[in-house]
Amino acid sequence: MSQPLLEVRDLVTQFDTRAGVVKAVDGVSFSLNAGEIVGLVGESGSGKSVTGFSILGLVDPPGRIVSGSIRLEGQELIGLEPSKLRSLRGRKMAMVFQDPTATLNPLLTIGTQMRLALTAHERLSTASASARCIGVLEQVGIPDAARRLEAYPHQFSGGMRQRVAIAIALLSHPALIVCDEPTTALDVSIQAQILTEMKTLTADLGTALIWISHDLATVSSLASRLLVMYAGRIIEEGPTAAVLRTPRHPYTQGLLNSLPSIAEPGAALKQIPGTMPSLSRLPEGCAFAPRCGYADAVCGFAPGMTHEGARGFRCHHPLSREGVA
Amino acid sequence: MSDLVVVKDVSKRFAPHVSLGERIAAKLGQPVDMRTVHALDEVSLSIAQGEVLGLVGESGCGKSTLGRIIAGILKPTSGSALIGAVPVMGTGRRSVKSTTRVQMVFQDPFASLNPRMRVGDCLWEGPIAHGLITRSEADAYVSTWLVAVGLDPEAANKFPHQFSGGQRQRIAIARALAMKPDVLVCDEPVASLDVSIQAQIINLFLKLRRDLGLTMLFISHDLGIVRHICDRVAIMYLGRIVESGDTQSVYAAPRHPYTRALLDSVPKLRLEDDALVSFHPIQGELPSPLSPPPGCHFHLRCDYAQADCQAVVPKLRAFGGGHVAACHHPLGSK
Amino acid sequence: MVLPENLVRFWRDFTENRVAVVALATVGLIVLLALAAPLIAPQNPYDLARLVLADARRPPGYIGAGGFTHWLGTDAQGRDLLSAILYGLRISIQVGLIAGVVAFILGASLGTMAAFFGGRTEAFIMRFIDLQLSFPAILLALVLAALLGQGKWQIIAALVTAQYAYFARTAHGAASAERPKEYVAAALSIPLPSSRVIFRHILPNCMAPLIVVATVQVANSIALEATLSFLGLGLPVTEPSLGMLIANGFQYMLSGRYWISIYPGVALIFLIVAINLVGDQVRDQLNPRLQR
Repeated sequence: MSQPLLEVRDLVTQFDTRAGVVKAVDGVSFSLNAGEIVGLVGESGSGKSVTGFSILGLVDPPGRIVSGSIRLEGQELIGLEPSKLRSLRGRKMAMVFQDPTATLNPLLTIGTQMRLALTAHERLSTASASARCIGVLEQVGIPDAARRLEAYPHQFSGGMRQRVAIAIALLSHPALIVCDEPTTALDVSIQAQILTEMKTLTADLGTALIWISHDLATVSSLASRLLVMYAGRIIEEGPTAAVLRTPRHPYTQGLLNSLPSIAEPGAALKQIPGTMPSLSRLPEGCAFAPRCGYADAVCGFAPGMTHEGARGFRCHHPLSREGVA
Repeated sequence: MSDLVVVKDVSKRFAPHVSLGERIAAKLGQPVDMRTVHALDEVSLSIAQGEVLGLVGESGCGKSTLGRIIAGILKPTSGSALIGAVPVMGTGRRSVKSTTRVQMVFQDPFASLNPRMRVGDCLWEGPIAHGLITRSEADAYVSTWLVAVGLDPEAANKFPHQFSGGQRQRIAIARALAMKPDVLVCDEPVASLDVSIQAQIINLFLKLRRDLGLTMLFISHDLGIVRHICDRVAIMYLGRIVESGDTQSVYAAPRHPYTRALLDSVPKLRLEDDALVSFHPIQGELPSPLSPPPGCHFHLRCDYAQADCQAVVPKLRAFGGGHVAACHHPLGSK
Repeated sequence: MVLPENLVRFWRDFTENRVAVVALATVGLIVLLALAAPLIAPQNPYDLARLVLADARRPPGYIGAGGFTHWLGTDAQGRDLLSAILYGLRISIQVGLIAGVVAFILGASLGTMAAFFGGRTEAFIMRFIDLQLSFPAILLALVLAALLGQGKWQIIAALVTAQYAYFARTAHGAASAERPKEYVAAALSIPLPSSRVIFRHILPNCMAPLIVVATVQVANSIALEATLSFLGLGLPVTEPSLGMLIANGFQYMLSGRYWISIYPGVALIFLIVAINLVGDQVRDQLNPRLQR
């Protein structure tokens, strides 16, 4: 087995704001093989989106990648010249954002935007570019693609717009696509459609996917592996089924307990008390300790990542393998 | 248990401004798109005292519009919404709410609080304006409600931006409850909150409902939360109620194909199953409320549609135990 | 209504711009001097009995009949120019401030109410405002001043009438943006009376652009008043404002007695420019899009 497609080592991304230094990503490491789908799960403030932006090199000042390494097919991305990074974006890696309305330029037709994205990386005549675009649009399930190419974004529904955004990401057949909450803003029935389509598409094209979301159920329908983030760090990772059935970190267990679909109707949910700490004032030691029912003195020292086979967790008092602490 | 909230044949149309030229053209017989949004189409429902009714649907179904009509923010184009047999909206040219018995909690806790007003002020201004309390009682009154929603009484002196999303939503709930309403309309109250905070707020709703005996209309797109909190549920599609009944029976044995399809299309975590997550998407696009399909609105996407579905609008049919559905070919009947 | 910690942060950002700080200090100094005019001015320029005609048109540094030095010279009636300027500044600031505040209250209320009620009310009010804005303020002020006659309160009335429309238009724009927001719907859903929603909910959230307009309009009021007085329509001869001083001294400009016009002019320029510079900084700071 050759090297992994993407290797992230000890990534630290921070924002220098007036209120202090915000460590959005605090030492994140993981790797991704070609064709694999990994879910990056966490709540707001966990650093999952910033991790995605860091990989694509889309972190703007006052944010910056402070240290660490991101290797795509062996090539180091941090510190790469902006022009070289730009040529990689679209060709080797692409991103799909949460709000399709904001991703698409309202003044240009879909066709123009897609052709622009394509010709930024390849020399193609307008005719062949259009043909490629139509092909991709059909792949993502947009009917009557040839005619829709000349339509404007506002003439599409939300779900269609997101499909167009996915199509643009797929245009140059990138090896990696990072999706930042792509279905959160969509209706339930459309979300289901897009999830199914993404699954088949990425299987057909062999694209690797990093699916960033706060919704455990959505992520779990796609991802073969889960990475759970809290306050800028990965606190649990492993195969999806294993992480959900036998979580080792109390936070993961807490997230599962918060889901009404698993609980008894009408009963009080086992809530996690308190809120996530502000990323500019992280506590010493384990970031989750103030809210954890199992915390004690040793949790004042930051736990390292413990690996057990394919599983990993960052906790001094992990839940036992049977799933009950 | 009498019905506290009664909605009868409520319709709501939004007609954006059509220019004079277009109106003349329409009068002359030219085909002009009048761009009327049919948000609600003769909707009727009722909520018994102390009951929690869930209103479920996707965008364009009209659930938010219906919620606002019941809460007295919008006036229906036709039909009536009554709280305890009294219409919510006063008569008269200007639509002003005529009762304070129903209050609303909005979806976005960042937008629904005045950023320039202290929390305490925003909590007591309603009760004082309606004579529920006097100015001297205000501070103590505000403290009571802040504690009831799980906040520190000190919060009264702070501004909304000093609080997190979950805390702001608690403030919004306290503001609604400070008016001592009989009915609480909640429009997606936890949708913009993190999962762990959602759980806290859901627990808060359960507790308040128990302690205060509230009657609630809980609007949400999240089927899991609705099943957890609501006694009864009504499913809406493109301006009409397609099914309603006791939550457990609707979820276990839905009669309307849309309900079944909706329940199936949501990814559900089934930890015991091998598949872990199961779902089955609905085909087709959500129609726009500007041009709803004729007959049954769902027929274009329905696996069981037949000729009469396109021609005739189905009426709500009873299936026993308060379970009703509007379908010509309901599930489970043959 | 502005948050205290916001004020602290505002002040900190404000002091980062040295020009603005100097401008603010200048305005502060001028206001202080003007307030203290009765105490520090060597002579009361309104006391006609005290004027000595023999001291008229004397250059700066001349020691006059009263026994004190006329640091800035004297004018055509023998008034000490320094005193006249101090008193003149006093009048200018008074008139400018009062006119600005009244125009603010009137205009902001009107604009916000128009945005709130919408429909025909809004159309009627805003078309009237637009109509008024199509006339130059100076023209309106001139006509009104001519109609109302001379006197401080007449001038203030004319200035308010000429300027409230700017506040109304700005308030209408800001209030129209706030009106559809959810906190307004929440306030109306209690229901709170319309007046409370307008003045206690919508208007406080429109303050940023209104404050910017206010600083500009105070400067404008001062300039307008000076213009009216220069043309002889403003304050009466017995209360010489800066404009009138400049007018009186005009005829002597070419004959070498420059000080009678120049010094009041310089004082006026200092005041107006300083206020505008402060206003610029306030506007930049309150503009959310320019945030770093």
